[in-house]
Amino acid sequence: MSRRAIIAAALAAAAFSPAAFAQDFAITNATVATGDGSAPIEHGTVVVRGGKVVAAGAGVAVPAGVQSIDGTGKWVTPGLFAAVTDLGLLDVEGVKDSNDSEADESPFNAALDVSPAVNPDSEHIAVSREGGVTRATVSPYNGHSIFAGQGAVIDLGADPDAVTKARAFQFVQLGEQGARLAGGSRVAAHVALRNALREAREVAASPNAARSPDALLTRADAAALAQVIDGRQPLYVGVERASDIRSVLALKSEFPKLDLVLVGATEGWLVAGDIAAAKVPVITMPLRDLPSAFEALAATQSNVGRMKKAGVKVAIGMFNTSNQPRYAPQEAGNLVALGKLPGAAGLTWGEAFAAITSVPAEISGLGGKNGGVRAGVLAPGAVGDVVIWDGDPLELSSAPLDVFIDGVKQPLENHQSRLRQRYRSLDRTYLPKAYDW
Amino acid sequence: MTKSPGLRRWTSLLVLGTALTLSANSVDAKKEDKKPAPIAANPYPSTYKPYPGTATALVGATVYDGRGGRIENGVVLFKDGKLVGIGGADMAIPDGFTKIDAAGKFVTPGVIDIHSHLGVYPSPGVDALSDGNEMTSPTTPDVWAEHSVWPQDPGFTRALANGGVTTLEILPGSGNLIGGRAVTLKNVPSITVQGMKFPGAPYALKMACGENPKRVYGGKGQKPSTRMGNFSVDRQAWIDARKYMDGDHADRDLGKDTLEGVLKGEILVQNHCYRADEMAQVIDMSKEMGYKVTAFHHAVEAYKIADLLRENDICAAVWADWYGFKMEAYDGIPENAALLANAGTCVVIHSDDENGIQRLNQEAAKAQADGRRIGIDIPDAKVVSWFTYNAAKAMGIGDRTGSLESGKMADVVLWNGNPLSVYSRPEKVWVDGALLFDAMDPKRRPVSDFELGQPGEGDVK
Repeated sequence: MSRRAIIAAALAAAAFSPAAFAQDFAITNATVATGDGSAPIEHGTVVVRGGKVVAAGAGVAVPAGVQSIDGTGKWVTPGLFAAVTDLGLLDVEGVKDSNDSEADESPFNAALDVSPAVNPDSEHIAVSREGGVTRATVSPYNGHSIFAGQGAVIDLGADPDAVTKARAFQFVQLGEQGARLAGGSRVAAHVALRNALREAREVAASPNAARSPDALLTRADAAALAQVIDGRQPLYVGVERASDIRSVLALKSEFPKLDLVLVGATEGWLVAGDIAAAKVPVITMPLRDLPSAFEALAATQSNVGRMKKAGVKVAIGMFNTSNQPRYAPQEAGNLVALGKLPGAAGLTWGEAFAAITSVPAEISGLGGKNGGVRAGVLAPGAVGDVVIWDGDPLELSSAPLDVFIDGVKQPLENHQSRLRQRYRSLDRTYLPKAYDW
Repeated sequence: MTKSPGLRRWTSLLVLGTALTLSANSVDAKKEDKKPAPIAANPYPSTYKPYPGTATALVGATVYDGRGGRIENGVVLFKDGKLVGIGGADMAIPDGFTKIDAAGKFVTPGVIDIHSHLGVYPSPGVDALSDGNEMTSPTTPDVWAEHSVWPQDPGFTRALANGGVTTLEILPGSGNLIGGRAVTLKNVPSITVQGMKFPGAPYALKMACGENPKRVYGGKGQKPSTRMGNFSVDRQAWIDARKYMDGDHADRDLGKDTLEGVLKGEILVQNHCYRADEMAQVIDMSKEMGYKVTAFHHAVEAYKIADLLRENDICAAVWADWYGFKMEAYDGIPENAALLANAGTCVVIHSDDENGIQRLNQEAAKAQADGRRIGIDIPDAKVVSWFTYNAAKAMGIGDRTGSLESGKMADVVLWNGNPLSVYSRPEKVWVDGALLFDAMDPKRRPVSDFELGQPGEGDVK
């Protein structure tokens, strides 16, 4: 083995256990936003040890022997949590060979599982990491079925170990798109959904029994949905129209254990009370305000604010290559701005920041329940995902200075940063740019 | 004030029309009869008339004039649809002006989007309203976007209310190499497209290079299926157009009328083109064929050839930070606009998006910040020109709008904070001095016919 290969192998092995690189550190005298919905704290301190947050807030002492970073003039926050992304599933959306986000020619649908396909070296992950995104859910897109398959929770660390939780949720598309996929109407989509869940129940009850001759799902698809039926795996439902949302909430009467999450919910504000009463959380794009389809006639940027006011747990999400996860702070910031307009419903700064940190983390199962992983927040025991910003993270002029994931300081270089270094000067007098690296 | 090519065109055709009328009475009338009818330059004329406004004085705001000027505690006066005074606190406010206390707020020119498909790809985005790409031939210089625009697209109202957009250029899509004529609109509610048309704005020709045309036509098994195919089809179209131009026009060809307009410098070329090497090829083609590219749109690699664009006096219309969605966008970087500005190249921030058009100010602010982090510090006042004056200039209407200068159209936005902050919103928007949006007044919020009686009618959006 060459020296270079030895180093590479050592690095790869070490990288599999991020905790090995985790440093103990404290950031002092910074503006600290904990991500839990509260207002930012001036002159705060954040302490990270063994890859976990041990303390955050005002009046926190730095333990002896812990390296201290001066945060004067800076902001410190949990890393951003990007809900429902295609991170790691593609290099270039329009280059089919590089794109694993959908499988429209596969015989499988609900059984599809993105976790083995996620590429931690994807530029989209690197670029999002530079933007302060430290964790995400990755969802497949629908191919030929209303079931897109199973998404994963990942971290964006520069190491080979991206998947925090595989098969973290199933995604089903209803509404106009679901209607088309199911055979032409919403009626067909609901039959397809109910039939699939019933087949799942049968397969779960007798896994090795012969399938009935009119079974429509492959065994693998039905088996995958078995976890959905009994609530072990959340069911993300893509839906926009108010009446469609009501129909989704009504599914619980037949399948009471469904752990539903609404994705989209453009008209959610019209049925906010029902969503809140059903205790179903929502992941949405907050700035959609156009009747882009007949199922979104009531679109408004006040959707999030109004749902929140009604008691719905709402996260900002649905990030892909066009709506990049690093736009999350801008989207949240716009909701703060909305609060100043008569007739509009916005969010407070703390609520807006929570909508891109703790709330999506909780919805994604990283709320620390039952001793599980806690992310999206600076609180004792939470993962050491910490970002130091050069200013208010929701402001357009701000950017991360340092990003830590599980307490490990992350490289922020990527294809884009290398290009900007190369083309900072247009000097062409020496050698071609190709030698400039 | 320089006349735009468009103004020159109207003037020269007026003269031509007069000459023909006179010659009809001449002895050589017989010969005249055989001459083809003159080509009407403007057969779908603008019927836009400014809506009434009151003489208004905005007092005490930070004023960005759109051309790099910044006035603290400024005064902006407009009357009868025109700007009549821009100055500091010492400027006298004539009698009869309604004073608006704008202390702590900001004033900019109306926001301008040089690249929009509102109306041709409206909301709702259903097939029945999808009229932006005539993808039946790789060159369709004969189609005019204004014949597709649906004035009831709710997108116009969102662009006004959330984006402060007062003027926008509607382009055909990029499925074709030569997509057709663009149209410049004032962002006012209107039943007809003619009622929105920016009076006297020059026409533009939408062209596209790169992946889109080769994908669309390659997918149909026809030329072009490659980039070399793109250039061959383009070059032949220009050669044919020049032949037509030199002929007697006995057989009218709508497409070649448009290309002739470009060759004469009367119609501006707005060219969708991402890659640096490809833009350089297009520049050479334009020189070969004798036309000029006014702006490259979506120029994600413009930063690599900022000097070439500057030397050829071509603007780069760019997004702040779109990247990676297609191969030719793989080298997109968020420092693009700043690197261009730093090199002295004309920068325009454009949207190409019915949502993005609502936040051109924010996109510019992000691009500014990305520049600052690599040591390129562009003042706020100059950044504002990226979504105001520079866009107007590249659309050939910079002499009439895009900046706060006396005599220009009173297209004005009052922001409730710095427009380069995420926390700011347009509070009032005037088009030609008429108050068409007021965040504080639910009735100063346009609702398109499409939205009447439907969920969300009249909402703040």
